[in-house]
This record gives sequence, structure tokens and C-alpha cells, in this order.
Amino acid sequence: MSKPNPTDRYYSRDHEWLIYYSDGTALIGITDYAQEMLTDIVFVDLPEIGRKVVPHATVAVVESVKSVSDIFSPVTGEVIEVNQALEDTPELINQDAFGEGWIVSLRLSDPEELKMLLTAADYEEMIKEEK
Amino acid sequence: MKKTPLYEKHVALKAKIIDFGGWAMPVQYTNVIDEHRTTRSAAGLFDICHMGEIEVKGSQALDLLQLVLTRNLADQTVGQVKLSALLNEDGGVIDDLTVYKMDEYSFMLVTNATPKDRDWEWINKIQAEKKFDCELKDVSDPTGKLDLQGPRSEEILQKLTDADLKNLRFYHFCKAKVAGLETIVSRSGYTGEDGFEIYAPENVIGQIWDRLMTAGAELGIKPCGLGARDTLRLESGMMLNGQDMDESVSPLEVPYSWIVDKSKEFVGAAALRAKQSTGIRKKLVGLEMTGRGIARHGYKVFHGEKEIGVVTSGTFSPTLNKAIGLAFMDVDYSAPETAIEVLIRDTMTAAKIVKLPFYKRIK
Repeated sequence: MSKPNPTDRYYSRDHEWLIYYSDGTALIGITDYAQEMLTDIVFVDLPEIGRKVVPHATVAVVESVKSVSDIFSPVTGEVIEVNQALEDTPELINQDAFGEGWIVSLRLSDPEELKMLLTAADYEEMIKEEK
Repeated sequence: MKKTPLYEKHVALKAKIIDFGGWAMPVQYTNVIDEHRTTRSAAGLFDICHMGEIEVKGSQALDLLQLVLTRNLADQTVGQVKLSALLNEDGGVIDDLTVYKMDEYSFMLVTNATPKDRDWEWINKIQAEKKFDCELKDVSDPTGKLDLQGPRSEEILQKLTDADLKNLRFYHFCKAKVAGLETIVSRSGYTGEDGFEIYAPENVIGQIWDRLMTAGAELGIKPCGLGARDTLRLESGMMLNGQDMDESVSPLEVPYSWIVDKSKEFVGAAALRAKQSTGIRKKLVGLEMTGRGIARHGYKVFHGEKEIGVVTSGTFSPTLNKAIGLAFMDVDYSAPETAIEVLIRDTMTAAKIVKLPFYKRIK
């Protein structure tokens, strides 16, 4: 069973989560449901600082033993930080997808885009249908 | 999709099911790394019912097999298993399969799942021309197959059979009663570990599965999927038909020269001789990533600006904790320790050629 989806953040249809801060930056990761689907994560390809992304653009790549999965940016922005701990311990995403397993930090170009994202309740509804 | 007799068990175990060559097969029950390590340290049980079995019986069964297979089977003893290749007229690999000598005039071929129908048609086509005194029978559907692999396999299986497993040598088999049921037990496999391939009628294979799971519980047995099967075979330097080779590939270009007997005549032999005289230009070899990243099937290999190869298999090795793979390389860049680069997405990533296998068990 996946862990409950925290209500302090936004969700995308591609199984990312996003926490928005008042300074205009956001932390992004994948949901616990997503890490369960991917299973044993063995490699994370992180972007360079300064990379510009738009919604649905690949911002990172997560690999399990068998699969290669793109992680899409839910919003428009610029990468300001990456979770370097994932270089040596990619399994942090499996262990704590909503916390220590965060992937990138972005500076948002347009916080209005957040309105397009899902709430925790919406997201739960969506994965129920997927199952 | 076709289902094996064990399909319902996989679903009950909440396995992730994938389409493997038209078969609904479990790719993993828990996760690949756990299943992989369980097989290396204890025992893994694999549903291999999708593979094909073809019987060849008759006074000239051996003559037909000597003609269609690359390996010399003249010295094969009853109870011995031999790996061989089935080639087309151009010397390309249709399948790599194992030959079981049941008695002087009776053989069983164990084929890969995907090329099985192609094997069947090809061997029958040759038999129709040559008319050897023998009969072919596709017994894939009535035959079930389980692979029990890992260092505790013998201990687990011995609980269920009177057969003397200790004295059953590698790549040999015997007829044995397992859990009171008639089976063929072969000491062989596709993981690089000690272990057994067990054949029984499809209607009782589920009973054997259950009895092995129970007998192995205290020794740490777990069901394992095709995901772990793939990483286990790759660490052991074994190829996967359809992924590392196909009918465009010669056995001389992959680590299969040892199963080609150049002193006998077989279908494809002339093409191999021609190939040898013009020179082998590419070779399947092992690679290890030295930079950050995992090489995957289809990724291109470079030396500077020059494209020199392509990755055929690649994964993260759970035993070695590094990224490994197989690649078809220009022969000039195929020697161990050659520095190469793999194009991973848009980044050239450092790698080197290494000797196979990546992993060898300590006996």
C-alpha cells in the first residue's frame, strides 16, 4: 500500500508532487504510488542547474533495474537545485518519496500554472481509476 | 496472450504481469533486486512453462539433429544435455537451444519461447527434404517447466525426491519422481548458479510448484520473475535470443564459437566458412560503465566521433552494484579494457570493454 498523499502540496497527472514556497520556488518529487510502480530505483539522472523547463518537459530521468522513466516538470521554471544525495543513494526515492527523495527545486515563472495541478484528493481519485 | 498453467498463482501472488513474446508472464513478484539476490544467496523458483519442447525420435533422429544443429552430438551420452544453435542457410542464429539425449534414438529439444514455431517449421522443412527415419513432435503445450536456481536448490529438491541429486552432474539429467510425480530433472539453468530445470506434464506442474515452495520455505525460497531472470543471466554473461542476437547474427560473432563444430556439415556451415574467410567484423562483448549511467538496449557506442557499436543488453547489476551490458562492437574496439563511450540520452558516458562473465559463482 502506498503512503497517504500529503495535503501540503500539488500533484500532477504524471505522478509528480510539488510544494510551492512563498519565495516563488518549488520542490518537486514523485509520489509514493509512482515509486511503488517503478520499484527498485537504481539510478537518477539529474538536470544541470539553470536548465529551463516547461510543463511536461523532462526534468530528470529515474531508472529501475528494468525501466527508464522520464520525470516531467509540472510547471514552467528554472532548475535552481538538485537533490545530490540521489547520486549515491537513489533508493531514497523508494524509501521516502515525499521527503528525502525529492528530486529538483525550481524557480517558477508563473505561479498561476499551479491552478492546473491536482489536489491530494483529486490525485487519489485519479490513481483509484488507474488501478 | 497465452497463459501458463501457473498464471493464477502469479496473480494470487500479486506479480506484475507482462507480455513476453505473446505470453502473460510474471516480471516480478516483489522487486527485481530482491529476487535476484535471493537466487544468488538461497533459491529462486521460476515459471518457465512458456519455453518450447520438441521430441525427435527414431533410428535416424541423431542424423537429423547432426544436420540441423551446430554442435557435434556424436559423443553425447544418454542423460547428457548439450547447448547448441539452430542456424538458417545464411548461418544466422534462429535459436539457441538445449538437446536432451533421452535414449539412443530419442531426443528432446528445449527451445526459447519466441522462436519455437520458427524452429519447428525450419526443422520440419529440412526433415521433409531429407526424410530421415524419425518423427518430430511439438510437446510444448503438454510440457510444464520450472527452474529452481540458487545454492540451496539441491537441498530443497532432495526433500521431494529419491533421485541421487548429489551425484547428478552439471548439464546432466535424470528421470525422477518429485513429490511422487514423474519428472525430468536436469542440473542446469540460466542464472549462473547451481540449480535444476524440472519438466513435468502441465496438469501437475502446479503441484510441483506448491511442494517446492513449501519445502523451500525454511531455506528462503522465493518465486522470481523474468526481471530477475534477465539480470541473473546477464551477470553470468549469457545471451538472450531475440535481444542480443537474431537471424542476422552469426554464432561466430557472439560467444558461441564453442558450440559450432567446424569438422561436421550442418545447415549454415557453408555460410559460416564464407564468413570466416572474409573476416569477422563485429563481435558481441561485455561492457561496464565507468561514468554515471546505465547502458540500455539500442544505445549507441562511440570512440570519439566514430560510432563503433550498439548495446544489446544493459542493466544495473545487483550483485556487482554497477552498470553492465553486452554490446556489438567493431572488432577493432572489442578487446578488454578498451575505453569507449555510450550515448545515454544526450550525454556521452564513459565505459570500457570487459571480459565475460561479469559474475562467476565460487564453487
